[in-house]
Amino acid sequence: MKFMVLVKATADSEAGRIPAREQFESMIAFNEQLANDGVLLACEGLRGSSKGNRLRFDGGRTTVTDGPFAETKELINGFWIVQGKSREEVVERFRHLPFERGEVIEIREFHEPEDFGEVFSEDPQERAGRITL
Amino acid sequence: MQETIAAVWRIESPKLIARLARMTRDVGRAEDLAADAFVAALAQWPSEGIPRTPGAWLMTTAKRRLIDRVRREKTLAEKTELLQNQPPYDGTEPDFAATYEDIDDDVLRLMFVACHPVLSPEARVALTLKLLGGLTTAEIARAYLSSEATVAQRIVRAKRTLSEARVAFEVPEGHERLQRLPPVLEAVYLIFNEGYAATAGNDVLRPELVEDALRLGRMLARLMPHETEVHGLVALMEIHASRIPARLASDGSAILLLDQDRGKWNHLLIERGLDALARAERLGPLGPYALQASIAACHARAATPDATDWRRIVALYDGLAVITPSPVVELNRSVAVGIAYGPEAALAIVDALVDVPSLHAYHLLPSVRGDLLFKIGRLGEARLEFERALALAGNARDRAFLQKRADECRNGR
Repeated sequence: MKFMVLVKATADSEAGRIPAREQFESMIAFNEQLANDGVLLACEGLRGSSKGNRLRFDGGRTTVTDGPFAETKELINGFWIVQGKSREEVVERFRHLPFERGEVIEIREFHEPEDFGEVFSEDPQERAGRITL
Repeated sequence: MQETIAAVWRIESPKLIARLARMTRDVGRAEDLAADAFVAALAQWPSEGIPRTPGAWLMTTAKRRLIDRVRREKTLAEKTELLQNQPPYDGTEPDFAATYEDIDDDVLRLMFVACHPVLSPEARVALTLKLLGGLTTAEIARAYLSSEATVAQRIVRAKRTLSEARVAFEVPEGHERLQRLPPVLEAVYLIFNEGYAATAGNDVLRPELVEDALRLGRMLARLMPHETEVHGLVALMEIHASRIPARLASDGSAILLLDQDRGKWNHLLIERGLDALARAERLGPLGPYALQASIAACHARAATPDATDWRRIVALYDGLAVITPSPVVELNRSVAVGIAYGPEAALAIVDALVDVPSLHAYHLLPSVRGDLLFKIGRLGEARLEFERALALAGNARDRAFLQKRADECRNGR
């Protein structure tokens, strides 16, 4: 199974503050451990929302807004994509993240094909435009 | 709680067993000690909660048990050797980093021992999944449609074989590594193939085994970053796995590579595979896994079947035929030749394989020959070949596919 682990933004990450050297090194060590265990598929940090845009879709009209965006708790700061046999396993692996200042991460499962039920067509002629990761 | 404890075992057991194996020089004993520690965890953690550093807790528990056993054993020499570097246990929870210092070396040693040539390939697979994959005997049995008793027996026998052969707990170097590495890679690849293209039963695909193999391969690539064939194997597996979302039709039958909807290919895995292949290429001449990965990469890079560089694939198969000549490689080469240069050229290659003993039970030979004959217009002969393949195919889905092809010959299209 695959999972996405999202890091919620903080005031620091939105302000573009780089973490202290120690935390950087702990994070690198954490990611190395995930890679050593063969379960790390991707991990990226994201720049603050001042370097981002929002698009809103309303009955055929698209509105584009420039960042930054005020509601920090709606934002994400980075993500991992990991492999695991269960959500409990991912929770257990991420329990040891070197975070200690109230940061929040969220673990989500990837859709499996059966989630789409009858909407899911295997006919090559009928691509539903799904991106699979 | 149950699932979390199981997850902790899956994460920690390879390191635990590896470190204990180094201490005791006996993989079987190490595994027993680890299993005992796990039983203690199952008994205590539900009421006490999961420890902050579960790995350290398990190691302490296992070490204590080992020291107890050693004290009861009579050989003074053995006692001295094992107790020499153990500080007295003072009741504090040891630091995780110190517990598992240099653990990578031990995990690598464990990998080589689990795949020792003195064991049968099936035993290596079972031991690898148990000791390094962190799978339980029940999980292995389920994955291989076997009984737990059978798998347990196989593992017991394997541990005994290793003990009797006095297999050293070491990482082979130099010339010895050249011979000891292929069985390691083969074990991982066997696990992958059982998950990706199951040989028996009604399911073509067992995704959990695919993930286990990928995980083991990636672990190996981190443990042996300078071995080109390790990266080659990882590249091959990542790219093959990328096709999984496109491989099965809604009725569960297999869709051939050239008929797959490429929009469903997992592009993250393709990127990972191409990265691994690039690492292999940087390290030196390509071995068989890297060459196969290069072939898979040709397909992965083609947005449509028509965009495939078939001539490059033929050239890669020519290379493969030199390094690892085999009838199966010849057969695969013939398929590429057929597309790049026409069915007649390919049929010439396949006709030379018809009497090869090792392919007599291989359903893909008559299947390929049937396909080539069909393209040339020799429908009667094509049908006979598809029926021959049908009789040999072990997988229900393959049989259904071959029946359809045989029927097409009868109907003239």
